[in-house]
Amino acid sequence: MGYERQKDFGTPEVKSDEMVTLTIDGREVTVPAGTSVMRAAAEVGGDIPKLCATDNVKAFGSCRLCLVEIEGARGTPASCTTPVAAGMNVKTQTPRLEKLRKGVMELYISDHPLDCLTCSANNDCELQDQAANVGLRDVRYGYEGANHLGEATDTSNPYFDFDPSKCIVCSRCVRACSEVQGTFALTVDGRGFASMISAGQGVDDFLSSECVSCGACVQACPTATLQEKSVKQIGKPERSVITTCAYCGVGCAFRAEMRGEQLVRMVPWKDGKANHGHSCVKGRFAWGYANHKDRITKPMVRDSIDQPWREVSWEEAIGFAAERILKIKAEHGPRALGGITSSRCTNEETFLVQKLIRAGFGSNNTDTCARVCHSPTGFGLSTTFGTSAGTQNFDSAEKTDVFLVIGANPTDAHPVFGSRIKKRLRQGAKMIVVDPRRIDLVKSPHINAAHHLPLQPGTNVAVLTSISHVIVTEGLADEDFVRERCDWDEYQEWARFVSDEKHSPEFLEAVTKVPAETVREAARLFATGGNGAIYYGLGVTEHSQGSSTVMAIANLAMATGNIGREGVGVNPLRGQNNVQGACDMGSFPHELPGYRHISNADVRKQFEDDWGVTLDPEPGLRIPNMLDAAVDGSFKAIYIQGEDILQSDPDTHHVAAGLAAMDCVIVHDLFLNETANYAHVFLPGSTFLEKYGTFTNAERRVQPVRKVMEPANGYEDWEVTQLLANAIGCNWNYKHASEILDEIARLTPGFAGLNWDRVDANEQLQWPVNEKAPMGSPIMHVDGFVRGKGKFVITEYVPTDEKTGPRFPLLLTTGRILSQYNVGAQTRRTNNQVWHDEDVLEIHPTDAENRGLADGDWARLASRAGETTLRVKVTARVAPGVVYTTFHHPDTQANVVTTDNSDWATNCPEYKVTAVQVTPSNGPSEWQEEYADLTAMARRIESMEPAE
Amino acid sequence: MDIEKLCRMANQIAANFAATGRDEAVASTAEHIWKFWDPRMKAEIYADDLSRLSPIAKAAIEKLKADAEAA
Repeated sequence: MGYERQKDFGTPEVKSDEMVTLTIDGREVTVPAGTSVMRAAAEVGGDIPKLCATDNVKAFGSCRLCLVEIEGARGTPASCTTPVAAGMNVKTQTPRLEKLRKGVMELYISDHPLDCLTCSANNDCELQDQAANVGLRDVRYGYEGANHLGEATDTSNPYFDFDPSKCIVCSRCVRACSEVQGTFALTVDGRGFASMISAGQGVDDFLSSECVSCGACVQACPTATLQEKSVKQIGKPERSVITTCAYCGVGCAFRAEMRGEQLVRMVPWKDGKANHGHSCVKGRFAWGYANHKDRITKPMVRDSIDQPWREVSWEEAIGFAAERILKIKAEHGPRALGGITSSRCTNEETFLVQKLIRAGFGSNNTDTCARVCHSPTGFGLSTTFGTSAGTQNFDSAEKTDVFLVIGANPTDAHPVFGSRIKKRLRQGAKMIVVDPRRIDLVKSPHINAAHHLPLQPGTNVAVLTSISHVIVTEGLADEDFVRERCDWDEYQEWARFVSDEKHSPEFLEAVTKVPAETVREAARLFATGGNGAIYYGLGVTEHSQGSSTVMAIANLAMATGNIGREGVGVNPLRGQNNVQGACDMGSFPHELPGYRHISNADVRKQFEDDWGVTLDPEPGLRIPNMLDAAVDGSFKAIYIQGEDILQSDPDTHHVAAGLAAMDCVIVHDLFLNETANYAHVFLPGSTFLEKYGTFTNAERRVQPVRKVMEPANGYEDWEVTQLLANAIGCNWNYKHASEILDEIARLTPGFAGLNWDRVDANEQLQWPVNEKAPMGSPIMHVDGFVRGKGKFVITEYVPTDEKTGPRFPLLLTTGRILSQYNVGAQTRRTNNQVWHDEDVLEIHPTDAENRGLADGDWARLASRAGETTLRVKVTARVAPGVVYTTFHHPDTQANVVTTDNSDWATNCPEYKVTAVQVTPSNGPSEWQEEYADLTAMARRIESMEPAE
Repeated sequence: MDIEKLCRMANQIAANFAATGRDEAVASTAEHIWKFWDPRMKAEIYADDLSRLSPIAKAAIEKLKADAEAA
């Protein structure tokens, strides 16, 4: 499409069963009761002048530009704050209104620089538009009096500027920060003429304030006061393309606003069903990595990892890789080969990689990074409900009365949905947080959790079982729901299990460290507080009992009847953009697309018939098993698309040993990542801006990814996989990602009703989409569980083997922060570095003092697996005995310290519990020094010889 | 494959099923390993003397081994 601003209805949409009919400028309009006159007019194409109104914040009624006349009413009410009434007759344009509006505009313009031609918002400015709309031709007041034209611009934020000289103090930014984002970083400082928008306290600029750079204020600003630096630099966009963010699992829809092939800005799309026009600092601004100088755009090969890389043609690189794969296959058999699909790539690319491994390599040694994040979700929800996915859409949160957030930090890791939760809490919903850290949902501006259960890391199952104990023994279970929807015998067995005194909060307090009465109060609130919804993240799954915890969550939801309608449910918050999709697409070694076990001969036959091959009926290796087998000598080659297992996977020493033992490591990525240090073939990848396909977000919503610029490497990622497949003897002939989607729909029941036309029409459907649910499935398990009866599973608390002791007395838990993403490959190559340029170790003041550590000191962090050094941050956010860090920076390599302990059912690593010691340090660890040398050696590149 | 690690994994699976009672735990442990372990992992543990395994894990592996030999 060409460039046009997103339509703004002036005030938010109102949902009501009651409809009201009125007349506006002679046209009859019918809208839900409670709708503003301004919005009703906009619904039928009207355009009442406005400045302080915008449709993502509540009406404010301050600019006095949207005045209208209403038959029988006195005066000229503001249309933004006047609700419609049946039979109302509204005039939006009369001589009287014209005069009033001109007067108002004159006052605005009298304190606004008239530099439109050189203004960055020229021709994309609501103030300019409204001046035109009201017919302003002259300003009587001149500039001699006091004004704000000399105010200095605040350029502190790396992505946008604040120029107060252009501010009309409409407070849209303040309201967006409060109502949409929920950060309350902005305010109107001063009164009357002295009113100024202020970030944080008086001494703050935007960067030092609490501002989280979500961009809501920039989007809300009707002038150039808050403006993206990229627009200032490049100019106004000329076209926009709807696409889907490539960061977290929220799956925000964006307009990529372009000039030619240059991306000017990413603006959240109001019609995006996951984000409704909101964004976070990553999706909105952190896309600079796409054109970063570190990007590798030419294929490279080398015989061994001690050699420098050699830039070669695509033909040579693919031939080099294929020759090695075929040789290994001939000498060691197909089970010596495998690969890893990417949760950052599209469904189509992921599907193709697992197809390459199963049909081309001939083994089921395919896995995905969900192995190290949400594989327990797949196991747990599949066992209890019958589907490996969350049960709700994000909008469901609007009907939630009690949130139970466990092992997740949505305001940092899923910020747009975090804002939705905060909005609902401000409306009166209650919050229970189960987390070792005092996250923002425990206490932050206008947020105060009803209960915080600061449990000892590793005791999730014990806490959840004790909550269930209270619910069952105090008669709070919803037995009517259970009798109708679940296996009653299994429930009774489970109820007897949780009722045992050894599962009471009082008995388990010694283990969980959570006061029993707090557990009891939280349990009562969850069971009796109305619609209860559980949201969880990797603090649930990345444990030795990750799968048990997921099943304990499912038990709790079923026991309280919180499944199958809006406002309730079990909701895994997916870390990466396409974790859900990667799992759906058959990335796991034991199951084909659609979560069907590889041993099922009927299912296997469907794929064999379609692909023209015979498939191995045995499950393949999971990522940790691949590394074990590599060290053991039975696994020889791996194709890794869009993952950096050396940095992201646990026990770095072991990952390095596994990679080093392989004869052929093929890395397909944007950058020479850490894993590539051990690679023999590097295939350059394409960004989400350079390809077509689909991502599936945490709500099971399948959304389009659209190419807005040509791939810098020459190929979309699925094309590279196809080149490799054909070089080893496959005969693929896909011309467009849509053809892969057709194959997915053909072979995967939940996707049967999907095709590119529907995706391209921005239907944003949630799977299953099939004959039974042609318009998708916003809420799962409405009339019954997918597996039939809901299954209660007994989840005995089994303590982790990872114990603290004299040598390692503290527990390390790891996580992520707002500004960085996963291993940081993308965000470290953006200005997000301003907020977090190194991993730091959070430590409680008591533990710090005992070790002689002060804020900012270097510390040695050591475990049974390894050690690293990093700076400490002394904070009471963590409990005594617990330390916390992130894994965004390779110089720190937090995973040198994490162990190879894992979830009993899925081998998902136990990232969240590592026994460690922290001591003062004055320099990098031996590993860090050695690794720096290795990296310098491994990243050498010889230039390609010019062709003769 | 590291037999120590495989035995640890088998014991971990068995421990998480233990609360369901011995017979069910043995059957569930065996089914889990059958569904999720690659053939070389299974072969490795079948060849072990199983002395490092818990009673439930040991019974599960013996069951799997017998099933495999019968097939």
